[in-house]
Amino acid sequence: MENAKEKYIEDLKVIRSMMDRSGRFISLSGMAGVIAGCIALLTSYLAYDLVYEGRDYFSYRQFSATSTEMLLLLILGSSAILSALGAGYWLTTRKAKRNGQSVWGSESKQFMASFFPALITGGLLVLILLVKGFLGLIAPLCLLFYGLALVNASKYTLKETRGLGVIEIILGLLGIYFIGYGLAFWALGFGLAHIGYGIYMHLKYDA
Amino acid sequence: MKSIIEDLNKAFENKVRLGVMSILVVNEFKDFNSLKELLQVTDGNLSSHIKSLEKLEYVDVEKKFVDRKPRTEYRVTEQGRLAFKKHIAAIEKLLK
Repeated sequence: MENAKEKYIEDLKVIRSMMDRSGRFISLSGMAGVIAGCIALLTSYLAYDLVYEGRDYFSYRQFSATSTEMLLLLILGSSAILSALGAGYWLTTRKAKRNGQSVWGSESKQFMASFFPALITGGLLVLILLVKGFLGLIAPLCLLFYGLALVNASKYTLKETRGLGVIEIILGLLGIYFIGYGLAFWALGFGLAHIGYGIYMHLKYDA
Repeated sequence: MKSIIEDLNKAFENKVRLGVMSILVVNEFKDFNSLKELLQVTDGNLSSHIKSLEKLEYVDVEKKFVDRKPRTEYRVTEQGRLAFKKHIAAIEKLLK
């Protein structure tokens, strides 16, 4: 009887793990979140330096960029996104291998198909705003669309991503309300929130 | 005690069949290769177990062409879903 019990406990484990692994992409790496967060903090520091360099830090800030500054910001932003994605991809591949999940399997495709529409829409919107010169809205809108993408994709990956998404949405809305402090909210959302989330996930799933 | 053992389904004694059913009850459908990857089994092993689930009418098979490549998709039937639910309930009762 005891043997039979052990077998069925084992069976329940199989059932649970298969249900989990097959419906969700569970290989997102916590460490990737920490690295993305650090990159974001560094980027916002550099951007702050670039934008406000030589200006009075405490008076009302209105920023209008020259075209070289815009180009530099664009390069800075895209290299931050690329390096964060690169680190994320690398760490996630390693974790997927350990989980016996494929990075390009049907679970990850489901995840990406629900993650990227909102993200790409946001990215294009931000580019349009950049060209039209509505700079103040860019940082909070990045947060807003990233948050919506996360909430939408959370049903196909680790469920904690939903919480992170809600935090990003709230920060995005606050950033629009307190317009002019966009970069600070951006650093909070992409920097600190990612690092906090990454450490939590790392301790919960990877350690 | 007796009724519990009756509720335990012989078809799900095997780990591969148990795995296939667990995957299919939470997904609309899965193709052969995804199942193979998730369960880490060989083609022959998987297809023989799926065939026995098919014979019991727990699993439905649909052959399709996607980009001119053949793809076989599997879905759980209502009957299969019920049988699987009963099996899990029996395990839980047994372990109580």
